[in-house]
Amino acid sequence: MWSYGKKGIGSRVFDALNTGFMILLSVVTIYPFLFVLFASFSEPMALMAHRGLLLHPLGFSLKGYELVFNNNDILNGYGVTAFLVVAGTVLNMLMTILFAYVLSRRNMLWNRMLTVMVIITMYFGGGMIPSFLVIKGLGLYDSIWALILPNLISTYNLIIMRTAISAVPGELEESARLDGAGELRVLFNIILPACIPTIAALGLFYAVGYWNSWSSALVYIKSPDKYPLQLVLRSVLVQNNTGSMTSGEAMYQAGMAQAYTRLLKYSTVIVSIVPIMMVYPFLQKHFTQGMMIGAVKG
Amino acid sequence: MMPDYGAAVQFSIQKPSLVLSGIAGDSVDLRHAGSSIEMQDDAMIEEEKRLEQVKRIRRRRIQPEVPLGTRIRKDWNQYRFVYLIALLGIAYYVVFCYLPMGGVLIAFENYKPMRGIFGSEWVGLKYFNDFFRGHYFWRLMRNTVLLNAYDLVFGFPAPIVFAILLNELAGKTFKRLVQTVSYLPYFISLVVICGILIDFLSLDGLLNQLAGLFGATETSFLLDPKYFRTIYVASGIWQGMGYGAIIYLAALAAVDVQLFDAAVVDGCNRFQRILHVTIPGIMPTILIMLILRLGSMMNVGFEKIILLYNPSTYETADVISSFVYRYGLLQGNFSYSTAVGLFNSVINFTLLIFVNNVSRRVNNVSLW
Repeated sequence: MWSYGKKGIGSRVFDALNTGFMILLSVVTIYPFLFVLFASFSEPMALMAHRGLLLHPLGFSLKGYELVFNNNDILNGYGVTAFLVVAGTVLNMLMTILFAYVLSRRNMLWNRMLTVMVIITMYFGGGMIPSFLVIKGLGLYDSIWALILPNLISTYNLIIMRTAISAVPGELEESARLDGAGELRVLFNIILPACIPTIAALGLFYAVGYWNSWSSALVYIKSPDKYPLQLVLRSVLVQNNTGSMTSGEAMYQAGMAQAYTRLLKYSTVIVSIVPIMMVYPFLQKHFTQGMMIGAVKG
Repeated sequence: MMPDYGAAVQFSIQKPSLVLSGIAGDSVDLRHAGSSIEMQDDAMIEEEKRLEQVKRIRRRRIQPEVPLGTRIRKDWNQYRFVYLIALLGIAYYVVFCYLPMGGVLIAFENYKPMRGIFGSEWVGLKYFNDFFRGHYFWRLMRNTVLLNAYDLVFGFPAPIVFAILLNELAGKTFKRLVQTVSYLPYFISLVVICGILIDFLSLDGLLNQLAGLFGATETSFLLDPKYFRTIYVASGIWQGMGYGAIIYLAALAAVDVQLFDAAVVDGCNRFQRILHVTIPGIMPTILIMLILRLGSMMNVGFEKIILLYNPSTYETADVISSFVYRYGLLQGNFSYSTAVGLFNSVINFTLLIFVNNVSRRVNNVSLW
């Protein structure tokens, strides 16, 4: 970036070292995923026999993916998570936009009080047990809504959204009102079109949050058929509950069970991160943007 | 003296307001009178200005005395619909944020689910006492603080160094590529990251295989308490460094390019430029991030801990939040673990206020 005439020898050495370091860093960052990807397509027995790094799949086999897609728990988890991502993101955005609009009406009599009420929750919370008791008291325990309703508004995102709405020129709104537009029409036809970048960023924030969330399900969900994908992944990857999935044919051959278990884990990882990888180009663009908004004006 | 009078009378007709002074100044000739008129005019403007000001001040004072009822009615007429929308948000905050806050009351009572919050026996600070004198207090405090301390020493500077080095890269495309790769792990769920970690660190995992090539003996890293903190902090850096650097890169982009030019003209080399231009340029951002970081020195989320720990590593891995989860939720000690959680959040909040105040005095940088 800085090309001011001739560079000294020290500067060149620095450039070379820096470039080398960055390449190394990128490899370290990306290689674990590549390893898992290669391993997931490998022949199970070859994978067991292999030691050290993988630079390509050992042979080629879709056995692991076959196991994943024949696994009801994982498919079911996928379904639950898909519902959470779609319904949750829509509801969250709706609530966030509506309440941000309320908070952006600075001249409103109770505006300041509402804002303070919201900000307080950024610093104080009831904690895990009281929240659990409230959820239980509302009859939401073991209901999928327990994963959505308590997270409807993220205060941080709310503030970002309010800032974006406040930045829309007041004249736009005035002229719409003179033409007889009501609150909702002003909000949806005038203000929101001017906030599209922020809305996209926050929508992605929420969607990725739902895709990756598992701890509220851990606390609030009891029946395995309501487990979101990440909780199923936890039982497969962390708690090693793969017995039922690799039983059957694999168990008859000695040593095969272990090989299939590993293969299944690798394939599961890949299957679970593919959706994230597909939206990654958008993510990295809008997340960066969203984070800057938050950093500058938050 | 007639003409004089006449003049005065004439004068009084033209400017009635000045008649009195004109007559009083009996011997005053016209020229003199003229200048006195100018003076009077100025004074009048001054006076008018003053009255205006008084009125304005009075008006400001009077306005709040519009009856509250009228103001509420006016406000209601104008914002009726907005308030209707607000009800949704208020309901959310009351039910899911303020009810649980009220729920911390159970930390002070022997809470029995059957009896409810209001029917349970009041025990005051019993559970706090139990916790402070209990078996786990020091272990939990030590683990929570040490994990944070390691993360502060290694994890906090990592994104800063990365952002500075990235900023020094020459090729624009290469720079963007490195950055894009760097925050990939941030978007992968903790469960998957920990799953991969567990696989790589297991007895026959990748790390042992690689170490085996150099003749090391196999170790079960996640079963050995002495490796836990390293694993936790290092994987945290691996996952969060690229994402954490975004905010510093944004700050760097805002540094005036002329400063860099000036530094070059003044004969600064690369290192001096980083030291005297780049770092001071992002210092305010670093300080804000440092306040936030120091304010959460007693805060470790339970998610990653419970994914990575197991009974054999509790000695170094168990922190306050994971203890609250295990002891409170899994074993049903609601009151005790709420007390522990409350103690933790009080400390966190106090820390944040304290650090923020110190920073405001010393650096003039503060969160609010």
